[in-house]
Amino acid sequence: MIKVENLVKNFGPKIAVNDVSFSVERGEVLGFLGPNGAGKSTTMRMVTGFIPPTSGRISVGGHDMLENPIPAKRLIGYLPENAPSYADMSVQGFLGFVAELRGMTGDAKKKAISQVVEMCMLENVLHQTIDTLSKGYRHRTCLAQSIIHDPDILIMDEPTDGLDPNQKHEVRNLIKRMGANKAIIFSTHILEEVDAACSRVIIIDRGKIVANGTPDELRRRSHRAGAVSVVVSAVSAAQLSEKLGTIACVSGVETLSESPAVVRALPKSPDQKPELVRAVMEMVAQEQWKIEDLRTEEGHFDEVFRSITLPDTMKEGRA
Amino acid sequence: MSAAILPTLVKRELAGYFVSPVAYVFLVIFLLLTGFFTFTIGNFFERGEASLVSFFTWHPWLYLFLVPAVGMRLWSEERRLGTIELLLTMPIATWHAIVGKFLASWIFLGLALALTFPIVITVNWLGDPDNGVIASGYVGSVLLAGTYLAVACMTSAMTRNQVISFILSVLILLFLILCGYSPVTDLLSRWASPTFVQIVASFSVMTHFESFQRGILDLRDLMFFGSVIGFALFTTGVIIRGLRAG
Repeated sequence: MIKVENLVKNFGPKIAVNDVSFSVERGEVLGFLGPNGAGKSTTMRMVTGFIPPTSGRISVGGHDMLENPIPAKRLIGYLPENAPSYADMSVQGFLGFVAELRGMTGDAKKKAISQVVEMCMLENVLHQTIDTLSKGYRHRTCLAQSIIHDPDILIMDEPTDGLDPNQKHEVRNLIKRMGANKAIIFSTHILEEVDAACSRVIIIDRGKIVANGTPDELRRRSHRAGAVSVVVSAVSAAQLSEKLGTIACVSGVETLSESPAVVRALPKSPDQKPELVRAVMEMVAQEQWKIEDLRTEEGHFDEVFRSITLPDTMKEGRA
Repeated sequence: MSAAILPTLVKRELAGYFVSPVAYVFLVIFLLLTGFFTFTIGNFFERGEASLVSFFTWHPWLYLFLVPAVGMRLWSEERRLGTIELLLTMPIATWHAIVGKFLASWIFLGLALALTFPIVITVNWLGDPDNGVIASGYVGSVLLAGTYLAVACMTSAMTRNQVISFILSVLILLFLILCGYSPVTDLLSRWASPTFVQIVASFSVMTHFESFQRGILDLRDLMFFGSVIGFALFTTGVIIRGLRAG
């Protein structure tokens, strides 16, 4: 549905987006991840046709965004960053205006409004002026305008920014639900959101795509993926580390705490987790350690994110 | 679906004026000032003429401040609120948005002007004026307002600050007035050739506005106002495209 090829955007001498290519099909929810200023918003603004790229091609549902923007824009629902809306209009007036711009009139318009009002839970504020609303309601009003025409493609720039945890949860569920038959792109810097809603993730840093895969694939890039942490009392951490280090499939050990001794054993590959768990259990039985806890890890997204997007100098400082 | 979208845009923009008291305050100020200029400064009664010359004469000056006040928010507000991103990602062409906003504000100014109708009744009641001249004066005044508005629209697209937009358009409009204002042209003709003075003066709204007041509907004057409006709106489009291109 969306196909982006070799997208480049320069703002003066600054390269905001540098040779970005990706595609999103119906049924996919693509999470756009990256530090602030990485080029997420700029990329989305280009895909929605708000700003033209310096070079590259954008095709939306088969229409070229640069040559044929109107049919392309018709397919897209867009929630811009900070969810802007006309502060002096009522919620109903605003949604009606957007519906008309989307070519709806009469009953179709009324039906579309009542549908999104229900989906976004705006019944209570329908006749209120937008600038009297709380941030959560304002945000949902803008979200409602983005889905009012039941678009095939939904592009959302930080859709959960500034919402409370319940509202965040609702929005994620909405994204997941709609993701079944739409192509969705949303950006975020909240990593747990990626797990909650995305079928695929692109990490973008300093204008370039630095990772592209399913959340699981990316998690497996964490050096902690498949690691086993053991908590044992009455044994020193040094002793524990030494023993765990002798297991065949262990690539390294990390001491997390001295007393009680907590040691993490890292596998050579994330696939060796079951093997590692068995080996650790056998060792515990053999040494007759008093084990208090044993945890396995799937790998941490934030760790992967940091290791990919931190500037090299900072990475060294951390290591 | 092309220009069919215009009424939607016009309606929203026009409604935007009336949700706040600003529109009503504007209308009252406009009517008070036209009254003040016509009767006190223009000496409407003392002239003893059955005409609206003293009414129309002051419009270029009155509009100098009032029209930029109406037009300053058109695009700068969209930019400040970020709604420009919504508007320009809708399935509409940029010129739809530009023309829609312009028309809405022009209608608002037309409404303000229409509310001066009591003066037409007054002058008809007191004497026997040439109503053709009055009608032509109104046409000129509407076109003048549209021209000023198009300039205000352009400066509004340049900045997200309404005050800056206001000041810029007042400056540009002041130039458009003064280059044909007789005290200035007289001064200019002391050292410049008459042809040069005439060329400069032909860029002025004053020169073209005056013939409407005399009851002359000249195609050249219509074209002047039309082309300034067209140029300013076209430039607005260029500025908006430039903004997006970064």
